[in-house]
This record gives sequence, structure tokens and C-alpha cells, in this order.
Amino acid sequence: MAQVVTSHRGPVTGTATHKRTKRPFLLDLYSTAVGKKYVMGITGVAMMGFVLFHMIGNLKMYAGAAGLDHYAHFLQTLLYPLAPKGWVLWILRGGLISMLFLHLHAAWSLTRLNRHARPMKYQSKRDYQIANFASRTMRWTGIIVLAFISWHLLDLTFGVVNSEAGKMITHPGDEESVKAVYASIVYSFQRTPVALFYVVANILLGIHLFHGAWSIFQSFGLNNPRFNSWTRAFATGFASIVVIGNVSFPISVMAGIVG
Amino acid sequence: MSNHLKNITLRIWRQAGPAAKGNFETHVVDEITDEASFLEMLDILNDKLITEGKEAVVFDHDCREGICGTCSLMIDGQAHGPQRGTATCQLHMRKFKDNDTITIEPWRASAFPIIKDLMVDRSAFDRIIESGGYITAETGGAPDANLIPISKIVADAAMDSAACIGCGACVAACPNGAANLFTGAKIAHLSRLPQGQAERYSRVEAMVETMDERFGSCTNHGECEAACPKEISIDVIALMNKDYRKAKFANRKDLARK
Amino acid sequence: MTLTDELFAKNTVTLDSKIPEGPVADKWDNYKQNMKLVNPNNKRKFKVIVVGTGLAGASAAATLAELGYQVDAFTFHDSARRAHSIAAQGGINGAKNYKGDGDSVHRLFYDTVKGGDFRSREANVHRLAQVSIDIIDQMVAQGVPFAREYGGLLDNRSFGGAQVSRTFYARGQTGQQLLLGAYQQFSRQVGLGGIRLFNRTELIDVVVIDGRASGIVVRDLITGEITSHAAHAVVLATGGYGNAFFLSTNAMASNVTAAWRAHRKGALFANPSFTQIHPTCIPQSDESQAKLTLMSESLRNDGRVWVPVNQNETRLARDIPEEERDYYLERLYPSFGNLAARDVSSRAAKRLVDNGQGVGAKKNGVYLDFAEAIERLGRDVVQERYGNLFEMYERIAGENPYETPMRIYPASHYTMGGLWVDYELQTNIPGLYAAGEANFSDHGANRLGASALMQGLSDGYFVLPYTIGNGLAPLLNKPMPGIDHPEFKVAEEAARERYNAYLAINGTKSPDYFHRELGKIIWDYCGMERTEEGLKKALELLPALYQEFKTDLRVTGDGDSLNQTLEKAGRVDDFFQLGMLMCRDALDRNESCGGHFRSEYQTDDGEALRDDVNYCHVAAWQWGGNPMTPNLNVEPLEFETVHLATRSYK
Repeated sequence: MAQVVTSHRGPVTGTATHKRTKRPFLLDLYSTAVGKKYVMGITGVAMMGFVLFHMIGNLKMYAGAAGLDHYAHFLQTLLYPLAPKGWVLWILRGGLISMLFLHLHAAWSLTRLNRHARPMKYQSKRDYQIANFASRTMRWTGIIVLAFISWHLLDLTFGVVNSEAGKMITHPGDEESVKAVYASIVYSFQRTPVALFYVVANILLGIHLFHGAWSIFQSFGLNNPRFNSWTRAFATGFASIVVIGNVSFPISVMAGIVG
Repeated sequence: MSNHLKNITLRIWRQAGPAAKGNFETHVVDEITDEASFLEMLDILNDKLITEGKEAVVFDHDCREGICGTCSLMIDGQAHGPQRGTATCQLHMRKFKDNDTITIEPWRASAFPIIKDLMVDRSAFDRIIESGGYITAETGGAPDANLIPISKIVADAAMDSAACIGCGACVAACPNGAANLFTGAKIAHLSRLPQGQAERYSRVEAMVETMDERFGSCTNHGECEAACPKEISIDVIALMNKDYRKAKFANRKDLARK
Repeated sequence: MTLTDELFAKNTVTLDSKIPEGPVADKWDNYKQNMKLVNPNNKRKFKVIVVGTGLAGASAAATLAELGYQVDAFTFHDSARRAHSIAAQGGINGAKNYKGDGDSVHRLFYDTVKGGDFRSREANVHRLAQVSIDIIDQMVAQGVPFAREYGGLLDNRSFGGAQVSRTFYARGQTGQQLLLGAYQQFSRQVGLGGIRLFNRTELIDVVVIDGRASGIVVRDLITGEITSHAAHAVVLATGGYGNAFFLSTNAMASNVTAAWRAHRKGALFANPSFTQIHPTCIPQSDESQAKLTLMSESLRNDGRVWVPVNQNETRLARDIPEEERDYYLERLYPSFGNLAARDVSSRAAKRLVDNGQGVGAKKNGVYLDFAEAIERLGRDVVQERYGNLFEMYERIAGENPYETPMRIYPASHYTMGGLWVDYELQTNIPGLYAAGEANFSDHGANRLGASALMQGLSDGYFVLPYTIGNGLAPLLNKPMPGIDHPEFKVAEEAARERYNAYLAINGTKSPDYFHRELGKIIWDYCGMERTEEGLKKALELLPALYQEFKTDLRVTGDGDSLNQTLEKAGRVDDFFQLGMLMCRDALDRNESCGGHFRSEYQTDDGEALRDDVNYCHVAAWQWGGNPMTPNLNVEPLEFETVHLATRSYK
């Protein structure tokens, strides 16, 4: 599609007299690109929180099999006996899934909008000045990370591709058996391709976060000349911590430090 | 002291009309003084084309002082060419070297349809201003100009964003064809001033929604700021985003009161 | 019997300036009290066409639409915001006396009359000074970010030709900020439906039916389509004709076509030879140059102008010792110094450059030096005041003005002459108004700095909205000719023929070639200094070149799509015809005044020598069927309040 003049020639008048369509508040906010960026940001923050705590929780791996398995059990039995076992975890997972869905939907519709805004690409080579690898590859890093998450769930959560997942173990001193999470992780990472995929995907996640975590401040309008120089440092720091933490797990397994 | 550049090859986008298919046409400028501006080089080329009975290359330009915002051009993949903070009309040939090949394309965005060759229609910007980029102050009723003191810092900040010349480089440079810098600059100008407070939230809502009908979305690349001949900071986009959020809440309350 | 009386007796047109009764200070109030009004509900029955959307056009269109008139606005730009008002840098005058330095409406009025070398109409100028106060209020309300002091109040600076600080400014972009203010107000009305905006549409004829302006014929620049538009009143706010010189500080597209087409339909063209040469522009660097760039006159607040004493000076500026520098403005005009009026400063520079004391590679400039200001104020303050101008200079000239003095030279900048209008800004054709630089009314023979923005906004915001109502009131419910009237068809056909003719010549030279050659003649013979001999020569050269234009022009492309070469051809054609009138007017005015300097008429120390006995009048030319045979009409100027005196900036 070329750039085509759609409007006929003639006087321009009354361009601001049309009535705005009224929508329910949240839908109204979501109807514009700026609103969608808020959704991207809010869901992004939620998932950043998850990613960080997920990584910190997994550090229990370095406390040995019992430590990690007990932590996993603790998550399973959150608020028990007020709520049945697993319920709270599923509610949290439900929240995360909706965040992910909204993040994806906003990204998809913004991408469509952007494609439509420039139907004919530049025919000569662009010379980007500021846009960096991270900002220009958000869609691709996002899609690969999404694919990784699916694998990751099939592997360690549902055990579809992991024969060790779901097995129970009774640690010394325990009265009842708990899921052998530690063992399944070790099993998983001992498969080199899986470990490599894990490392690559986490580096891409870091790249995604490097732009995303910075972008949030801009999209939310959290702009203060005193702190503007810190936002980039925050994003870099956050992405690095998550990547270093996560990547350390498969490396530790492969190096035999954990196992 | 002036030098002469030799053998400059120009690859220029030619397109007969809005719906026509365009293509690059190559012209060679044998010699040109480096004191000449980029557009003067095109003038010379056009003069030659006319004398040869060919149609001149159409490009938008007017004040040639970097203030009217009429000139455009994507020069070697950069909006307004390689010099930072400079509109095409103020770009001079001393920025180029002998034997350079320079590629010139029109700005591309669905909101900026090509009229002919390198000229595009940027009326979509006017539609954004018409929807709210003003302070309602009809002629005649203004109070004394010194009635409201405005701190120098606020006035200077407003001036920084008011410096926008509406050239569209931000849209051209944005990988998404977004107009957030243009819209944000006007919002930041008016919303920072005491005079602009009464319409602050209705303005941002109307302008953002008009912008949305025609342009892409901001993904915070920062290319717009780099291309802006007035070097307007993307801070104005952040301010617009913040005001838009506040507007949604403020206007929601106002609607409830009705 | 003076020459003015003699000429006045021979007038072919009745020139009624319609100046209201009473002392000059009360005239505007008297006018407003006695003018006819149109009831708010009836205003929508009137259609007003506004051509041009610069300061005057945008502010007039917006205000008329706010009042309730139907407004059709035309601009040949893509957007109203592109008009060349945007390029004004320095500021806008307002008699606010915020500085408490003795300013008043009367003083601004007096300064403007004196600055114009006593060739403007007192009543108009006084009104301008009066409404200057309202303009500042209006523009601040629009959100124009004028410079402020730390206390939050508005800052002012001083400008050439004034001894008080009354100039309001927004960095070096005052014109831009004011135009954007007016443009936003205009855009609001477009959004609300009060104005119908026709962009990229150029006026190519004015239609006069039964002696009244009934509409216009326009060409859509994108499609080449020629159409007619009828209205009760037509306002031309189409700017000046400085591009007659080819090299000027005007925008590339600025042209005289609208005013000239009106002139050919009977509107008188007043004082065409009154053109202003601005003293501070960047000198021409090479032959291919297409335009000159102005450096704001405000630079003269802190910059010192000088040339080397020696004609064959080859050293760099900083190596030339103080005693070998001639700070000629400070030497010649001690009380105004570097802030002497524009025409005076320009001529002084020309004389020194002609004397071989010029600087730069082509020895075609003088220095504007900030070394002393940087030492006195510090680099930061200088940067704060002029930073963007310095950057602009560096981009264009490739030199850093913080280290090397700027090189400047005068260039064509503004035209005081224009369509003759009465006190109501109406031309001698009823229903046809001219506003802003397009009319001749307020600046006499020379315009003071920061007064162009003031005049454009004054006309558009505070004069036309009243006077147009006064003109329209009697027309209520009377029939008016529509675009099916034969006169419109005739005009459309003539316009089509005109543009087809350019395409048909099929010669060898581009419109730009002719424009450049035309500009050289006018600059050489009708520029900063004019002589009888030179003007006569120009009047021989111009018709010959014009003939060549008509037979050897080449316009490529066609008339049915966007064709910038064709647009240019039409504009150059009109510049040719105007050029002849400029020279004729300059030749007829046997005196020197303001921007019109005839070498034969100067004092012993080289200052302009006016002839108030014979030339205290407006020369308003009527189209005589041929550019070389115009008819002269005069409007005598009477000075009741300001006494005619020799203008001195010493």
C-alpha cells in the first residue's frame, strides 16, 4: 500500500465538532495508544515483580534440595488452611496470565497501529541515531521469551517434557513428602540444549527488560529532571540482576556446582 | 574560505502524484561550493533540469532560516540530514565530501501522503492543533499582560517546547510514524503556563485522541528527539502521558458531577 | 502652489483617507463611537474572504469568525503556521511602559512617525500605538511565552530607533511565537467550523463587479484547478514584495501577486519605492545563493559594529588593534550608537564597503563584534540572550561568533509600500481591504524594528474587525453577485490563459534565472541608494528583460498537477511589473526619505534630505493598462501633532 491522499481537495472546517463516543472508563482509557502504553507498563511492572521474585525464590537452590523443595511447598500451601492447598497459587497464576494476555494484546494492537502508520517503508537505508538494539527488537525478544515461557511451563510446572517433574520426595526430618522440584530442575538442566535455550532466552529477557523497564517511566510520565538520569541505571541494573540470577541456575547445574 | 565539492551523486525519489509508483532517479552534480546550502544545490539541479526541458524536482521549502518548518527530506536515512538540531534548509554542503552519494527520500507516514516527488501533506498536524492545541482567549477580553506573574523557569520551559516548528521530522524519524513529540510539545507548552490550566485536561484528551486517529504509537525509541531541528526533549511526551492519565481521572469525576 | 497640490489636483481617483474628527489621540475612540455595527445574529449572513494566514490574516480571520462572520481563509502554504511572519526574530513593540522609563502611547506614536521619516499618516500610526497595548495582553492570554524576569513579570529590551525599552520578545523567535498564538486561535475556529480553510491555494485574481470587490479567483496548487469564490468583503493579508530583489530575507515563496492582481483591477499601489534594507543580514557567500538570512536587529543591543580603518586589511579580526578599527555607528551617531535606525545603519555600512573597508573573503560585510559584551556580561548571559542566533550564524557561515565577530551586511527585508488603504484599511475598491505588510499605511518611508509584528496584529485583531463591520452594515440583506456572475467566468478564463501561456513559451531559461536578473537590476538601481540616472537606466533594462521573459521563458511540466516552476513563473511576471513601478516611483520622488535615498538629495554629511514642501505626500499609483504607464495620484500628508523635523539619530 502506498501513501495515498485519501481526503479530497476542498475547504477544511469543523474538524473538532464531532461528538466523542462514550465508553466505560477503562475501555475508554484503553482505546488510545497512550492508554495502551499504560496497560503495557502496568502489566510489565507486574511481570517484572514476578520475574524478580521468581529469581530470588529460585536462589533457594543454593540452599540445597530440601531448601528449594520446602520453598515450593510453601508456595503450594499459601494461606493454608484458610484456603485449600494450591488455590492461592492458582489465583496468583491467574493474575499473571491475565497480565501476560493484556501485555500481548496491547503489544499486538499497537504493532498493528504502527504498521498502519507507515504502510510504505523507507526505500533507502535508515540511519538510526538513538534507537538501540533493545528498543528495536522488543517484538522479537518478546515473542521468543513467550515461546520460552511455554516451554518452561511444560518442562518444570506441568512436567510434560520432564520425566522427573511431579515426583515426590521426603527430605530427612520431614513428616510428609513434598514435590521434588530440585531434582527435576537438575534433570532438566543436565540436558545441554535445554540449558542453552534457557540461557539464551534469559539474555533476551534481559534485553527486553533493558528497554521495557526504562520505558515504563516514560509511558507513565514519571519524569523528573532530578531522577531522569537514574531511570536508565535502574533498567540496566534490574535487567542485569534478573539475567545474572536466572542464568546462574543452568550454569551451576552444568558446572556441577548444583546437582 | 570556500571549497568546491566535486562529483556528488544524488539519488532522488521521484513520484508523479499521490497514487503513482515512485522510484529513485540518479543525478550527478559535478561541482558545488561548500558554502551552498543543501537546498541551493537542489535549486541548481532544478535550474539545469528546466533548461534541459525536464520537470524540476518538487520539494517543500520556504523561509530557509530553519523556522517555518516547511522543508523536510530524508537525507541518507536521517530526517533533515546528518547535522543535529538543524532543519534541511540550514544544512550546508560543507557537511559532505567529494564523490559522496546522497539519497533523498520523502517523509513516509500514512498521515503524510506524498503529493509529488519529495513533497508530502502534513495537514494532519493542523487537525491535532484544531482539536485542542490552543488556549481559548477570544480577541478583546484579555486582562493586563502582567497580571499573572510567570516564573522565568516556567516561561523558559514553556518556550523550549513552544519552539516546535511543525516540520514533521519526529514522525518521519519515528520507526512507528508516531506524532507524540509534536503533540507533546504543544501540550507541554500550553499546560506549563498558568493561562493554559483551565483547558489543561480537555486539551490533552482531545489532542491525544485526534493524534491517535492518524499516527502510530510511541515505543520510546527517542529517534524523534534526535531528528528534531529544535532539539525538543522527549520529556514532553512523558508530560503528555502523565496529563492524559490525570485527564482521564479528572474528566471522569467531572462527568460524574453532571 | 506646491507640487503636492498640483498633483493632487490631477488625481484620477478620489482618495478619501476617512480620517475621523478630533485630536489625534481621540480619533480612534471617535471612530468606534460612530461606526455602524452589525447585529450578532446578522453577522453570519456575511461572508468575508481572508487571503493569507500570517499574523494579520490569521488574527483577522480568527477574530471575524469569533464575532460570527463566515470566514473563508486562503493560504498557498500547506498550513497557516508557515507564513513568513514566523521568521521575525527580535520582538514586538508595546507602549506598556512596564520599565517605567518614560514610554507612552504618544512616545511610541512619535517614534514611529519620526522613524518613518514623516511619510506616514498620523492618525493610523497613533491608532497603532494605542492598540499595541492590547496586543501584548491578547498574546499573553494566548499563551505566548514571552521572556520573563525572575519576578515573573514581562521583560523588555530596546530596539533601533527608540530610547526606551518597549520591545517584548520570546528568545530570538518572537515572530514564531506570535504567529503560533494567532495560528492556534485561527485553528480553533477551523475546528469549530467558524473558518473554512483552503490550503495550498493561491490567489490569482480579484474580481470587481460594479466597482465593488466581489470575490477572488484562486488556483489549487495541487490539482492546478482554477475556481472562483464570492464574498461580501475580501481582505488581502498577503505580505510584502521584498522578493522583487530576488536576494532578500523574505521566504522563497513570498510574492506580490495578490496585491498586484488587485492593483491591476484598480486598487492603488502606494509608495512602492519605500523598501527597507535591513542592516544585519549574513552577507552573500556565493553566486548560487537563493536567499539571505537575517540576524536579528536585537544583536545590535550588545554587538558593536566596526570595520578596519585600512582598506587593504588582511589580518583576522582579533588581530586588528583597537586603534585600527572604526566603530563607525558609535562615531557618527553618538546618542543612538549601534542602535541607529535601520536605513541609517544600512547606508553607513554600504558606504564603508563601497570604500573598500569591507570584511570577509568577498569584502562584502562589516563586523558585528560581541567580544566586549562577552567580557562585560559573561558568555552565559550573551548565550542566554542570543544563543540561538549565534548557532544559526554558525550553521550558515561556518564561523563561531563567540570567537570571531559576525560578518553582516544590509539586505532587502521589508516593504513599507503596498496597497493604498484608508483609515479603515480599505483600498480604493470598496469591499477590498489590505492588512499587515500588504498595505502601506503605518511605517512611512522606514519601519522601526519590532513594529511589523505590532502592525500585523493591530490590523488583524483590533482594526479590521471593527472597520469591516462598518463597511458591511449597509449591505445587510442586499443581493450580491455569486460566482455564476459573468465577471467571475471572465477572470477565471483570463487566469487559465495566463498560466497556459507560460507553459507555451517553451524558451530556454527558467523563471529563477529571470528572477535573479530582475533582482540584480532592482538592487543595483533601486536599492539602498538611488540616482536619477540609475533609475532611468533601470527603466530601460527592465522592459527589455521583461520582453525576454515573455519570449524565452521555459516552464516544464504541466498545469494540471503540482508545478512549482509554473507557480514561480506567475510570481516573477508580477515582480517584473512591480519592479517597473518601484523604479518609476523612486524616480518621481525627488527627495530622500527613510529607505528611499536619492544620492542627489543629501545633506553635507550624507544624511537623507527630505523635501517637505513638494513631497509630503503618499504617491498612490493607478494601473494604466501597461506596467510602464501608471497614473500618479497623491494623498497629501498633514502633520498636526508631530512637527516635521529633520530626523536625527546623532
